[in-house]
Amino acid sequence: MSAIQPPAELVWWKQPLDKVEGTWIGIALVWSLIMFFMMPFWHVYGKQNLSSEAYRTTPQAYMAKTQAMVDQYTIRTETSAQLPVVRPPPGSDVYLLGRLWQWWPLLELEKGQTYRLHISSMDWNHGFSLQPVNINTQIIPGYEMVLTVTPDTSGEQTIICNEFCGIGHHTMLGKIYVTEGGR
Amino acid sequence: MSNELFRTCPESGLQFHRPAERLMKAHAVVAVVILLIGGIAALLVTLTRWPAVHLLPADRFYQLLTTHGVNMLIFWMISFEIAILYFCSSTLLKVRLATPKLAWVGFTLMLAGIIINNLAVASGTASVMMTSYVPMPANPNFYLGLILFAVGALIGCFIFLATLVIAKDEKTYEGSIPLVTFGALTACIIAVFTIASGAIILVPTWLWSLGYINHIDAAMYRVVWWALGHSSQQINVAAHVSVWYAIAAIVFGARPLSEKVSRTAFFLYIAFLQLASAHHLLVDPGLSAEWKIFNTSYAMYLAVLASMVHGLTVPGSIEVAQRAKGYTNGLFQWLRKAPWGNPIFSGMFISLVGFGFLGGISGVVMGTEQINIIIHNTIYVPGHFHATVVIGSTLAFMSLTYFLIPTLFRKQVAFPAIARLQPYFFGIGMSVFALAMMGAGTLGVERRHWDMAFTGAPLGFEYPASAYTMMGIMGLAGMVAIIGGAMYILVTVVSVFFGKSVESESSYGTATTRLMRAEPIFIPEGGHSAAGKWGFAAPGTFVLAMFFLVTFVLYYAVNWKYLASVWPLS
Repeated sequence: MSAIQPPAELVWWKQPLDKVEGTWIGIALVWSLIMFFMMPFWHVYGKQNLSSEAYRTTPQAYMAKTQAMVDQYTIRTETSAQLPVVRPPPGSDVYLLGRLWQWWPLLELEKGQTYRLHISSMDWNHGFSLQPVNINTQIIPGYEMVLTVTPDTSGEQTIICNEFCGIGHHTMLGKIYVTEGGR
Repeated sequence: MSNELFRTCPESGLQFHRPAERLMKAHAVVAVVILLIGGIAALLVTLTRWPAVHLLPADRFYQLLTTHGVNMLIFWMISFEIAILYFCSSTLLKVRLATPKLAWVGFTLMLAGIIINNLAVASGTASVMMTSYVPMPANPNFYLGLILFAVGALIGCFIFLATLVIAKDEKTYEGSIPLVTFGALTACIIAVFTIASGAIILVPTWLWSLGYINHIDAAMYRVVWWALGHSSQQINVAAHVSVWYAIAAIVFGARPLSEKVSRTAFFLYIAFLQLASAHHLLVDPGLSAEWKIFNTSYAMYLAVLASMVHGLTVPGSIEVAQRAKGYTNGLFQWLRKAPWGNPIFSGMFISLVGFGFLGGISGVVMGTEQINIIIHNTIYVPGHFHATVVIGSTLAFMSLTYFLIPTLFRKQVAFPAIARLQPYFFGIGMSVFALAMMGAGTLGVERRHWDMAFTGAPLGFEYPASAYTMMGIMGLAGMVAIIGGAMYILVTVVSVFFGKSVESESSYGTATTRLMRAEPIFIPEGGHSAAGKWGFAAPGTFVLAMFFLVTFVLYYAVNWKYLASVWPLS
């Protein structure tokens, strides 16, 4: 009987498997398990893992922390809007905020150094997409995410918003400049 | 059982309960109208994301992208699926449909929901994308339309379940329900879960938009919303896999290699498929690695295992049926001699291959916890789901339509030459489209983004030229797929509303309908395997499956290597 009719045998579950099915199920199961264990394996031996460190916050509280860092470590400003470029010390807590439609402030980090990069949103969901290195995370209002990040390439990286956030979404860019060590 | 209430299709032998038949037609017609609206939006959206054309202004682009997403991913799919549920219960079990009047209430609610939601988006006050992430606000009617549609669909699900109960009670079949009905039951169970999740999140969000609730947690919204957003696509998977089995049965008279294996695979869908909502949350703040790994892998990839099983057993059953008809030369004569000019078959087979190779592999790769870091919210993501939902589900439903036009609508398929080419235009266009999007996404191009050149931004960024090339290929291939979609709409609308009716068996003249007659198959002595090789009943399919596995393994490894090249994160 075909698949659009009831099974021919009343006790269909006792029909033995064909060899082709049994073999394929075995292969597919092994592959499934390999893929499953690859993820915990990478947590132990791989270098690219997101931490689950995150805190509830409010736009006001987060803004205050970011402003304090900007006041302390701004080294120059850029564009006609006088956007601050902040160079926090290696190993420190770095605050980045996303808002309609800007990543603020611009950051300057040192290659090979590790930073605790905090990111939050002041208003709606935003997408943190660092290009061209290609690191993407979701930024959610009310939550402060902490990424422990070690830039290992120098040069200019652009933060693009890749979560739709309204009409000015495509203008929402930020910068992370990575300088060679020892400067 | 009054005979007037039933009619038997002379060609296929299917029995239609007339009230159920009218409902199926109504749902299918609404579905195709939505496909047309969503398709026009698709054309304009593609022409905007194609950098050389960049047609629409930003506000219009986001509005039409919302229209496209909601209509295609929710309204088109679920409307068609309700027709499938009624077909798989009432028609396949030769039983009256439970409470047709209530089914019309469900239909009316769904239609009202579609209209209300579309009017809200058309007003320009609900350009929030299908996902409508809070706290970005939308016109309250956006949510209300979705809620009404969901209630209507839920009524349809329960009528399907009630019809199964009636069939069992009235003993309209012997033994177990057919495999295809079992697959539809899987889809229905997933649909009930999906709609419940939708209610849990959309009802409060609607109240929030009206001002009765003052705060909805943005992270919680995403967790619950995706139990609607992703699971609704799992309804499609269960439904289109059922359609594959149905078409294998209709075109080839194929019987499942083993009922046990195929049903167990469907059961794995019920048990594990919905965990995949986590795919969207892999780079969200605050969720633990354990939660992500367990959920994103459907608990050790058991639902992926199920899809890999269906991917073998559907073509495997076709191979066995073809070999029984004498196409036994070499590994692939059964496939070469398949009716490639019959769109019921060709569409189904392209759907199967595209879903597996493009949609399946990309989905598992980007759903890997850490690999998601290099893919999240890039245009890779829509590349993936155009392969699953459009090539997988939509194309499978299109193929089934060519069977339903003569059997359900009693019309001859108009323009058979166009119908014959349609799956190729749509399937191949959409495959290249999806691949180009995945290519651009790998280069970091964003999804849901009006301008990859960032015109007017105070700071700038330039994507590599290769990214623009990919987006150009996407635009061109998108046009081919749009032509394929228009061919489908043309054939369907002309057949159903203006076509010649199918009076008797003799009027079945077109190539498309002639080929769908299932011939009884002959099982050689010694069972299936006697016609195969190496003791395998379906050796050609096994070779194809191994080719799939090699592709999968290589692509998976390449992505880990790419991930290893990005900045260390912990």
